Order: sequence, then structure tokens, then C-alpha cells
Amino acid sequence: MHNFEFVKPSTVADAVAVLANAEAQPFAGGQTLIPSMKARLNAPEILVSLTGIAEMNGVRRDGGALVVGATTTHAAVARDAASHFPALAALAGQIGDPAVRTRGTLGGSLANNDPSACYPAAVLGTGATIVTNAREIAADDYFQGMFTTALDEGEIITSVRFPIPEKAAYAKFLQPASRFALTGVFVAKYASGVRVAVTGASEGGVFRWAEAEAALSSGFDADSIGRLSHPSDGMIADLHGTAEYRAHLVRVMTQRAVRAAH
Amino acid sequence: MPKDDGIGASTKRREDVRFLTGNGKYTDDINLRGQAHVHFLRSDVAHGRITSIDTAAAEAMPGVLKVFTSADFASAGGLPCGWQVTDRFGQPMQEPKHPILAEGKVRHVGDPIAAVVAETHEQARDAAEAIEVDIEELEPVIDMQAALADGATKVHDDLSSNLCYDWGFVEENKEAVNAAFESAAHVVSLDLTNNRLVANPMEPRVAVGDYDPWGDMHTLYTTSQNPHVIRLLMGAFVLSIPEHKLRVVAPDVGGGFGSKIYHYAEEAFCTYAAKVLKRPVKWTSSRSEAFISDAHGRDHKTRIELALDADHNFMAIRTETYANMGAYLSTFAPSIPTWLHGTLMAGNYKTPLIYVNVKAVFTNTVPVDAYRGAGRPEATFQIERLVDKAARELGVDPIELRRKNFIKPEDFPYQTPVAVVYDTGNYHATMDKMLELADYAGFEARRAESASKGKLRGFGIAHYIEACGIAPSNLVGQLGARAGLYESASIRVNATGSISVYTGSHSHGQGHETTFAQVVADMIGVDASSIEIHHGDTSNTPMGMGTYGSRSLAVGGSAIVKATNKVIDKAKKIAAHLLEAAPEDIELKDGKFSVVGTDKSVDWSGVTLAAYVPHNYPLEELEPGLEETAFYDPSNFTYPSGAYGCEIELDPETGKIDILRFIAADDFGNIVNPMIVEGQVHGGLAQGIGQALLENCVYDDQGQLLSGSFMDYAMPRADDLRGFTVDHSCVTPCTHNPLGVKGCGEAGAIGSPPAVVNAAIDALHRAGHTHVTHIDMPLTPARVWAAINS
Repeated sequence: MHNFEFVKPSTVADAVAVLANAEAQPFAGGQTLIPSMKARLNAPEILVSLTGIAEMNGVRRDGGALVVGATTTHAAVARDAASHFPALAALAGQIGDPAVRTRGTLGGSLANNDPSACYPAAVLGTGATIVTNAREIAADDYFQGMFTTALDEGEIITSVRFPIPEKAAYAKFLQPASRFALTGVFVAKYASGVRVAVTGASEGGVFRWAEAEAALSSGFDADSIGRLSHPSDGMIADLHGTAEYRAHLVRVMTQRAVRAAH
Repeated sequence: MPKDDGIGASTKRREDVRFLTGNGKYTDDINLRGQAHVHFLRSDVAHGRITSIDTAAAEAMPGVLKVFTSADFASAGGLPCGWQVTDRFGQPMQEPKHPILAEGKVRHVGDPIAAVVAETHEQARDAAEAIEVDIEELEPVIDMQAALADGATKVHDDLSSNLCYDWGFVEENKEAVNAAFESAAHVVSLDLTNNRLVANPMEPRVAVGDYDPWGDMHTLYTTSQNPHVIRLLMGAFVLSIPEHKLRVVAPDVGGGFGSKIYHYAEEAFCTYAAKVLKRPVKWTSSRSEAFISDAHGRDHKTRIELALDADHNFMAIRTETYANMGAYLSTFAPSIPTWLHGTLMAGNYKTPLIYVNVKAVFTNTVPVDAYRGAGRPEATFQIERLVDKAARELGVDPIELRRKNFIKPEDFPYQTPVAVVYDTGNYHATMDKMLELADYAGFEARRAESASKGKLRGFGIAHYIEACGIAPSNLVGQLGARAGLYESASIRVNATGSISVYTGSHSHGQGHETTFAQVVADMIGVDASSIEIHHGDTSNTPMGMGTYGSRSLAVGGSAIVKATNKVIDKAKKIAAHLLEAAPEDIELKDGKFSVVGTDKSVDWSGVTLAAYVPHNYPLEELEPGLEETAFYDPSNFTYPSGAYGCEIELDPETGKIDILRFIAADDFGNIVNPMIVEGQVHGGLAQGIGQALLENCVYDDQGQLLSGSFMDYAMPRADDLRGFTVDHSCVTPCTHNPLGVKGCGEAGAIGSPPAVVNAAIDALHRAGHTHVTHIDMPLTPARVWAAINS
């Protein structure tokens, strides 16, 4: 790891001001950034810790929505969201291991947009709103391919507003080594219809499975998608599974999420 | 009942107190005054010619003391290979030089090219990035069969090909084996891969070199399973340092699993650089570096065939194996696919004719050497998968086919057709015990319950034989070993009666400090707390061969017994003098010497004090003092065996396998500490199940390691393993060592992989997926799903 300067502002405005420096990078839980710095793949001159900004932390109910601060750790979401939005809490409780969950944050995960991360499935699967220092971004506009998002340079996520569904569940099939999602599916049922978001499977990152959404919107039943199959074009193929396997898991995990939804 | 802390007692591991309280002293805990740090610049290409190295910029970086390249080691030897295999044609294997730093070519990703020594590790690493190396890339040699094709690119330009050796065993049996196959009623064959593994001990390798010009003394602190072997190999063959000027210390070592047996370049580098720079030099491997510099394990491709007669008696076994050596010969690499593999190909069965062919191949990958089990897991996997496949093809019960062909209890000692003589065993007993513990009779009901949930339940069986404590030295010398395989022990009794034991074995997790103390305490009848076990320092222990191959208790423990008996013999003479009796009338019981048939006695400390304060002492007949050394060279291997049962549930939708029950019924001979044995079996099972379901070391066709971190190399975790049923009540003691013990360290890793795979095939066949006859390890969900849908 190369040497760096460490700053810990207490307001969003101060953080944004420091991040105007091209050599500065925002730092939340560090679960991706620190390993990449140790491997010397990343060498920011200034690390701007966001964890001292009170307004960016915590879980609160706002009518029919749950607002989660960007620096809220996975462990805190697993604990504090459980009574409001159990499917989101369960997803957070399955990320990594206890050490990861006590450091890793929602905002960090979304800003990184790893194609196998869990949170993007929940955000896209609920049609959540990503709130930044500058604007609000709809989930459908936010995810733009693996490790690519709608965030501008120096823009930071401050919170995410999740519309709480009638029923939801996340079904995750583990990649055996990393225990990221080999394929993970978040299914959420709203009065307006059903959303299905898939992570871990596609070279394009998290995506919505429109056919399954249509079928489930007309009948929220695992059997209603039993005959659907997702094409394998564009699916990830690696040591842990072929494109065909992941395409198959998209259907299987969607069905399992539907069965588990409550 | 065993005595407290004596043989047979489950004494808690005394060493765990320091390990669990953070007081262990590992090599990385050693920091010497004035210590400098080295960082190795390693090749990021698999195969290439080094056209230039410019170190000028690096030399000028802050804190840099020196940048080393192969030119600095012109007078040093290469890292030696400790075993020379002779091929089918009577010729020695091809043996390339293994330089400390790459000479002219790089041959695998991770091959060290240059080394920077600086005041801090960060400075050394910064400077390594400033070294300019030009490499002309060459075609990488990755696939073993392609490596042997005519005109293949050579890993070593000075060798005639990429073939290290073509070994046949027993070569004289070849024609008779072929004839048996011609006349067989049934022939069953199987092509399989034994997947390449990375050992991944919890503690990565570390080396600290030190040089004291006052006495021209070198010291190397290193993460080794056998410090005397390192002293011999490095001193005599690499750096020309005589043993009396070289001390090698392996302090607490956090696991090895074979990967810390070998002499590595980094050890020689730190020892040498310390003298050049007159500064201690330290290297600590990162986990990423370990993946590309620690010796890997397994990596065999095999076709095995079994000939059976009309009554399903085994007639012959024939195999052809390609064994990956990697880019260089690691210390014991050539012996693994040959003498530690071919000699076990009889398994537990009476197969009269066996022919094993092994082609060892150089590739542009990390060197491959022994890993927990070393050759024996490869043999067991082949045999036990093939016997299972044979039962399915013949439509017979796999248990009955095994029982029919087992060597029977009355057949021991049993001469196999592959050179070795099994002294004892009772395979019917272990099989019966396993089936009883598994509630095999209740399997069908459990299977129906799984089926009602859409899951496929299967039960897999394996019965293994293993050979521990490879020996005797004169035989292994004939087979090509360039070392002896005895063990040493010194028992130093102190004046007030406490005992310091110096063993040539090395503990890196096995619990020797507890077990060895139990043996001595039991023999003398003193409290184990008065006994200290010392190991790992060549300056205070007699020349020993270290710990691997499940040899420590069988060989090292026997040396301790032998030395303790010498101590007792002398102590009895002293006691006889003190009690004014004849030595043959003295008996030692519970730490007290008495004259048989009288009430005259003297206790242990009375005798030990007399030995060191010899006022009333037979000085004209007996030397003062009470300290004895023994070397023990076994007359044969020991042959543990066992029956393993694995019950799984397979999810046909995803291909995921869950192990619901795992039963190990082992015959380890006599047991000194049942709790430690159970722990050793648990560890072995975790690694064997890891190989069967999770672990896989994979290179792409360019020689890049795809599974180079824990993000892609799947280690077993606690929640992959639901617990094991372990039994070692079936005992046939070893007949040729004084404790009657056999060895338990590797058994779990040897017996479990075929049990797991057999269980998966069983589950699939019971569910009608009979087209799946084999799946190569690891049985990842993706592979199982693909097999079902093939």
C-alpha cells in the first residue's frame, strides 16, 4: 500500500469539497478499496472517509419507504431493517462474513457496482431511489454495466430510499470461493406489479428479467415461471459456472425467491 | 484405564495454551536487530527468455541496500532434488537446474527474477517496481499431454524433452498384466483427474537469515517441517556452508500439509544475503505470493482399468498416469507419483497382477510436490472410484464386491504385487463398523424422505490403505531417496528428575508436545508436566528427518521409546547400586525403583540426583549423568486403513451437494491420545472433502493462475462440514514398532474424496441418471448440474 492522506469530514458539503481534488477518493467501509490498495492496483493520494457524516448513517422509516443512509453497514441494515423490510435485512445479513458486514456499507456497494454484489439486486428489484449530494437517481437509470454507474466524478451517494413491497425475498446461490452471488435474484411484489432483479449472472451487471416480471405480475406463483428460461447470451462464464448454468440459475433462484417471499 | 496423561489418555494439548492466548512464537514473530527486508520481483508470464534486467533505478531508491539477480548466485548451486527416480528403461530421470533466482528464462508465473533488500519491506517493494526487465515471451507449456507431443516447446532448453521420466511398476509384470486383461471376463475402465490443489496453511512461509561474523555462523529461521533436512540440503548443495557453521530453526509453525517440507529459494536467499549485507534479512510471504510460490499438490491425469474373472474376483489392475511436476523438481516431487503412489495400487484387495505407468511432465506451472497424503490419495481415489464403477457395471453391491476381494484377516502379513508387505489389518471389521455407525440399514427410509423434498440422497463408500513412516532407509536408498528416513530422540534427564526430550520430529499442529510427553510419562511413571518436548532447532536436537507422511509417532515416537528404554536401563543400574541389589532384580513402576520381592525402593528423583551428584555411585562401572540418544529406523512402513461412508443430499435443480453424514472407521493400530487422533482425522476429512467439492487450482492456457486468491480458490468453511462420526475402535497393532502405532495424520484426506464422489454417483444413479458414470473433482454445483444435463 502506498502512503496517503486521510480526512474525515463531518458534513456532506465538506466531503464534496475535498473530493473536487482529482487525487481524492471517497472511502466508506473499504471492503473493495483497501484490498485493491494493498495490491497496489489503486493508489489514491487522499482518502475521504464518509463515516463521520451523521446524516449519511442509519435506517429510518418514511411512510411507505425505508431510507437507508449510504454509510450504514450491512450488519446495521440486517438488524435495523428487519421489522420494516425483512427481505432487505435478510439480504444484508448474507453479505460476506461478520467482519465484512461490520465494515461494508450500502453506499460503497452501490458506488462500486460489482456485477456479483447483492445490494444492486435489492435496489433495482425495488425500484429504489439513489439520493446523492446533487440529485436523485432512479434505480433503472443508475446501473450502467459492471462497475459502471450514473454517478458523476466527485458525486457521492448519501442515502437510498426503498419503497417497501407487499412481499419480497432475495434468493442467492453462492459462488463457492468468494461467496458473492453466483446468481442472486430479488423479487418484490407491489400493488403496481412485480419486479425481478438478477445479480451475479450477467456480464452487464444487475438486470431486470422482464418476462418473469410480466408472468409474476399476472399471478405471483413460482409455477407461473416454471416454463420460462432465460437466454444464456451475455451471461458470465468463469471457473465457477458456464453461461448456460447461470441462465438456468436465473429461473431457479427466481422461483425460490417467489416461494420465499413474505 | 489409561493413567492420567499416560498412553491412551485424551490429554488436552498443552501447546494450545500458548497458541490460543497469542503467545505462540512463529517465524514472523522473530525480528532481529538491524533486520532488513527482501521483496522478490516475480515473473508475471509463464514462459519467457530474459533479455535484460536493469536494476540501476531500483538501486538508487530510498532505503535500498542491494538488488540481487542470478549473477549474484554464480557460485551457488541450484535447489537440489531429494529423490532420483529411475525410468522403465533403467535411465535416471531428467533433472533440470532449479536456480535461486531465474537464470536466462522464467518458467512459471511467480518464478523469482530479482530480489531487493531494503530497510523496510515497503521500500523493497517500491524499488522492485523500478526494476526494468525485458522478457521475450515463449509459448507456455501447460497441458501435460501436449507437453509430450513431438516438437513441443521445451520448459528446459537443455533437456531432451518435457518428460521427466516414464516409470513402470512393476515393469516385469507388464506382459502378465496385459495377458490377464486379454483373458478377463469383465474389464472396467475409468479416466479421471486428480485435481491440483494449493496447500494454504494458515501461516504463509517466512524466512529470516542471520550471519554472525564473530564465529562465521549462519542461522536460518524458517517455516519448515524438517529443519535438519533444510540444513543438509541448503548447506551441502546450495550455499556450501558446513553443518557446524549453519543452524536452522523452525519455531512454531502454523500448518504445513507437506508444503513446508521442501527447501525453497527464499530460504537460501535470506541466508546468503545476510552474509553479503552483514544484516539479518527477512522475507514474509503474502497470501498472493503463496499461491504462486508454495509447492502445489496432486495434479494427475489417469486411465485405470480393472480386469475381473467371471466370479468377480479381481485379476489385474493397469494404469497410465500423467503427473505434473511443474516447472522445476521440488525437493521430493519425483517420489510422489512413483514410490508413494504405485506401491499403494493394491489398495485393500487381493489383486494378483498390477502394472502402474507414470509419465512425469514438466510444465510452465508452479512445482508440484507432496500434499497431505501425497500419492496415496491419488492411488486410493483411482481404486475406490473404479471398484464402485465396476460394481455398477456388473450390477452387484459395491460393499459385497469389496468384501469379496478384500485381503482377509488371516492373510496377514500380506505381500502385494507392488513390492510392499502389509503387516496387519482387518478390512472386514472396519467396513462393518462404518456401516453400523452409518445406520446403513436405515438409508432407504432417509432417501425416501429426501425424495419427498425433491432432493437426491446417496451413500458413498471408500476403503483405503495408506503407508506411513516410509522406511527402511536402506530400501528407500535403493529406490532413489537421497536421504535416510529414520528419526532421532535425545532424553536428557535433569538432576532433580524432570526430563527434557529433544526430538527430530517437528510439530506444526500435530500436538507432539502433548503426545510425546504422554509416552515418556507412561514409560517412567512420572507426571507428564515434568517433561518438556523440544523440537525444531538443529543446534540442540540430534539429526532428525522431520514430520510428514504421518511418521511422527510411528518413527519419532519409536525413537523416543528407544532412548527412554536406554535411560531406564541405566537408571536401574544406578538404583541397583543404591539399593545394593542386582540390576536384573530392579523393577520400575509408577516412578519408583524397587527390588523385586522386597520393600526396598528408591524413587525416580533419588536415582536422577545420584546420577548427577555421584557421591554414592559405581563410578568404576558407570558414567555419571543420565542422558541417552537413540535413532530408530523402521523395518517397514505402517499400514493404517479404514472404511469411510459419506451420505449426501444432492439438489438436482442446482447441482449442489450437501454432506449430511460422514463416518470414518479407522484402524490406526494403538492410540496414544484419542482426542488428538480424532482432531487429526477431522482435519484430514476437511481437506479431503475440500478437494472433492470445492478446491481447484486452475491455470489458463497462457499459464496464468485463474484461482490465485481465496476469491476463486474455494477453501472448505465450517458450514460446509456438519460434523463427523469418527471411530478408531478397530485395532490391529503395527507389528514392527514398539508402540504398535500406525499413523493418522493423512488418513482423512486419503479416504474421503472417493467416498464423496461415490456418494454423488450413487445419488444420481438411484434417481435414474445412470448416464453419469463419473464427475471430476471438485464436484461443484455447476459440474454436477452439467453432468445431469449432459
